[in-house]
Amino acid sequence: MGIIKIKDLIYEYAKHDEEGNVESTIRAVDQVSLDIKKGEFIAVLGHNGSGKSTMAKHINAILTPTEGTVWVAGKDTAKEENIWDIRQNAGMVFQNPDNQIIGTIVEEDVGFGPENMGIPTEDIWKRVDNALRAVGMIAYRKHSPNKLSGGQKQRVAIAGVVAMKPQCIVLDEPTAMLDPMGRKEVIATVRELNEKENVTVILITHYMEEVIYADKVIVMDNGKVVMQGFPKEIFSNVEKLKSYRLDVPQVTELAYELKKEGLPLTDGILTIDELVDELCQLRLKI
Amino acid sequence: MSITIENLNYIYGKGTAYQANALRDINLTIEDGEFIGLIGHTGSGKSTLIQHLNGLLKADTGAIYIDGENIYQEKYSMKELRNKVGLVFQYPEHQLFEIDVFSDVCFGPKNQGLSKEEVEERAKKALQSVGLSEEFYKQSPFELSGGQKRRVAIAGVLAMEPKVLILDEPMAGLDPKGRDEILDEINKLHKERKLTIILVSHSMEDVARYADRLVVMNKGSIQFQGKPREIFCHYKELEQMGLAAPQITYLMYALKGKGFDVDCKAATVLEAKESIQNYFQAVKRQNREVGR
Repeated sequence: MGIIKIKDLIYEYAKHDEEGNVESTIRAVDQVSLDIKKGEFIAVLGHNGSGKSTMAKHINAILTPTEGTVWVAGKDTAKEENIWDIRQNAGMVFQNPDNQIIGTIVEEDVGFGPENMGIPTEDIWKRVDNALRAVGMIAYRKHSPNKLSGGQKQRVAIAGVVAMKPQCIVLDEPTAMLDPMGRKEVIATVRELNEKENVTVILITHYMEEVIYADKVIVMDNGKVVMQGFPKEIFSNVEKLKSYRLDVPQVTELAYELKKEGLPLTDGILTIDELVDELCQLRLKI
Repeated sequence: MSITIENLNYIYGKGTAYQANALRDINLTIEDGEFIGLIGHTGSGKSTLIQHLNGLLKADTGAIYIDGENIYQEKYSMKELRNKVGLVFQYPEHQLFEIDVFSDVCFGPKNQGLSKEEVEERAKKALQSVGLSEEFYKQSPFELSGGQKRRVAIAGVLAMEPKVLILDEPMAGLDPKGRDEILDEINKLHKERKLTIILVSHSMEDVARYADRLVVMNKGSIQFQGKPREIFCHYKELEQMGLAAPQITYLMYALKGKGFDVDCKAATVLEAKESIQNYFQAVKRQNREVGR
């Protein structure tokens, strides 16, 4: 069993009328099964309302299944007594950094998690140190968070999770509010945590170019997993992705358009280097 | 409606420990009917600048002329200004509050003192322009999807029939299709109603596709302005400022580096496609001539 195992997950919520009677139930997640291995980098795509955030909230027991089971590090999230362990093992980072930072000084904010876990003070500082180093923010440890840029704030929020030494981190659109540089910083940080510290990453995003380095991409629609595979496989299906209200990176789209015009390029080109290489090859052949 | 900003300075938190020059010597002219893309890193002053344009913030020094009239002159009607310049904030759906979609959109024009008939006519027209049909009118705005809520919020501003529409990151958090839909609606308003648009965005790909002109802000000043094709040639400087160019720009420069005679100023997928196709055709022609 992987670090995260989801089996036949169904999540329904009730819609109430003005008197508080149940009007209807809405199925936000519908029969999702996933097995995520320790150290994997998983990207989740899907349009607004496709159920991806609802699914992700099950991974650290913010929500518990209506039907089916979710295990994190072998522990069933539906059991009250497991919640403490689960939240320690699966940290979450959200869209808006301003809503996640509570400390008035960067290092105090990062120390909040381990302090709550009852870690001895000396160890807290060690963890804060390591976490801030891991996200490249050690130089700002004495700064006030509200003086930082969006990307820096988000890295502090990630450090706050890292300091709890979780085995996995779930990031729900962590770059939606950031400028291009902030976006790059955050994605580079997440990739480094994954590669160097072997932290399992589940990244939810609407930016297609952020997922090309993932080990696996999962596409959700209508509460169901409708596609999963390597980024190259997923992005080979340009029209299918568009039918799910999604998109492909600009180079992938360009390669696809050029192919339609008769240039024999391969499907699912993901990077600038790949496209440049293939175009160079083609030039030799004509 | 033209906008001219002259030597504008704004100091934030004056007299406190946090005092900072949020805007420095801003000089900018926006012509009637232009589509401007306003870009800059977080904290570069974009939002501060646009809040000056409808009088929410007042400059410390400098002037803003709307259709030739200085908005800081005595007896200038700020109410009038806000009717002319519509501002859609970030996450505007957080400001929805009425019991149904139609009432929410009516709120603005109602406050402008129009008759009930006029108010309703404007609300209908505004909802139509953002692509929301009558079936949504009686729905609670809180039960709509993210993209739909945002359209309602934009319709609320449109119903006041501004001449200038300013949008602060209207696409943040929307899925790719939702992003395109909102941008297409905005572009349609620009084309059909000749609205002047100022679009604040962190997506270089989006502003490259829609804007006539880009204004680049850095640390409270305007660093560059010009056509997207021109601006993205400065991609190295843009990166220094926390920005970037669209992926396409990097691709075209990489191809140029390999000896491809392509247009490095291509900023959209379409432009790039045409340029690469032309190049391949030219190579083919050349090879054929050499063959003869």
